Amino acid sequence: MNVELMIESLPALLSGLVVTFQLVAAALVVGFVIALPTALARISRLAILRGLALGYAFFFRGTPLLVQIFLIYYGFAQSEALRDSILWPILREPYWCALIAFSLNTGAYSAEVFRGGIQSVPHGQVEAARAIGMSPASVFRRIVWPQALRQALPAYGNEIILLVKASSLASTVTLMDITGVARTLAAETYMPIEMFTAAAAIYLALTYSMSWGIVLLERRLTPKESRV
Amino acid sequence: MKLKILAAAALASVLGQAAQADPIRIATEGAYPPFNYVDESGELKGFDVDIAKALCEEMDAECEIISQAWDGMIPGLRAGKYDAIVASMSITEKRKNAVNFTRPYYQAGAILVGPEGSDIALDPEKLNGKTIGVQRATTYANLMREKYPEAEIKLYDTVENHNLDLKSERLDGVVAQRVFMHNWLEEEGNDGFEFKGDPVLDEDYIGEGAGIAVDKSNPELLERLDTALAAILENGTYDELNSKYFPFSIRKD
Repeated sequence: MNVELMIESLPALLSGLVVTFQLVAAALVVGFVIALPTALARISRLAILRGLALGYAFFFRGTPLLVQIFLIYYGFAQSEALRDSILWPILREPYWCALIAFSLNTGAYSAEVFRGGIQSVPHGQVEAARAIGMSPASVFRRIVWPQALRQALPAYGNEIILLVKASSLASTVTLMDITGVARTLAAETYMPIEMFTAAAAIYLALTYSMSWGIVLLERRLTPKESRV
Repeated sequence: MKLKILAAAALASVLGQAAQADPIRIATEGAYPPFNYVDESGELKGFDVDIAKALCEEMDAECEIISQAWDGMIPGLRAGKYDAIVASMSITEKRKNAVNFTRPYYQAGAILVGPEGSDIALDPEKLNGKTIGVQRATTYANLMREKYPEAEIKLYDTVENHNLDLKSERLDGVVAQRVFMHNWLEEEGNDGFEFKGDPVLDEDYIGEGAGIAVDKSNPELLERLDTALAAILENGTYDELNSKYFPFSIRKD
């Protein structure tokens, strides 16, 4: 293994890390914004909301992310009407197409995770809070959500790590993320082992630090007296 | 006396073997139209096949053309399963270590393709700020990166994908192999695009072209093929075959 070459390629790979990190961070934020209302819709009393949320999760959890990216990037671009619309400046860019696909995908999975967290809060607590006069909104904000988030964190952390790894698919739509840079360097240098080992090391560092962040957050959210 | 008969028998069998090995066996792939492919009746056809036949006629030799999977092509030659490869094989330094090549018999070159009427060309000034698509890990990617850094270069996994993005107007142009792009332009729905300028034939970027590979243990055949190739290039046979397949010349002088 040519370690020198791996070190030489680090600056290029780290420029890929910036792209990967940006994409994942933005997709997590947008995904979260999608996931929370979707989770609430899934347990809503209104059948139409339940149906919509279920259909969304059904599609985005039931199809490969690569297919979703290709549909958004190559598929939409086939329509001339869309190319003439105001959406085209956004859908023209591979970055936005990847971000949309990642956000919708992680949103669908996270919604399920949050739904599980919300439903794990004993119903008696909600009834007690209502009985002392809390509005439904503050019941959710002060009673349900803090416990639901704590319950959902391990699974949500898992989803974040899966998203980091799935983001490597961005390289298929010309983005120069970590994988995109590594593939290009591997083709130029004929040293695929070195390049992909270096890329793997960067992904490991990224996922490791993210899972540490989740662990720290878990500790913070666990009440002191219940810590073992 | 007995010894003499034995010797004669041995000689006869050696001669017999030589006679059996007489047809020159030429391998091609049969999966790279229009250069080599198998037609509906199962027959090998294409530019490579026609060149091989013309060379055999020129050498006055009997030839047998067989199809062979691409990845086992050079190992098969070295193992003696056939005598030569005429399969659009690009001459590279790496392959030269394993086999001998004749002079290149064609070089398709790289071509820029863009929308009809657009002012784009392989020229630093005209590429400034333009987005050009190329396939990752190809000579075309190297060409663009090293010679035209003014353009924004996008790397695609396949030629089909960069052509899709050319059609959806994400790209101002693509650079790819000339024959492939010529065929693409002929396809339905791609008539809004055209070749932009002359093909790039610079050996430093796109290599020497395609050559005929012969095993290193067989320099005689290499010489015969080179002589025959020079002859068909000279006597018009080559140009005739060229124009049968392509409206532009791909000969390499």
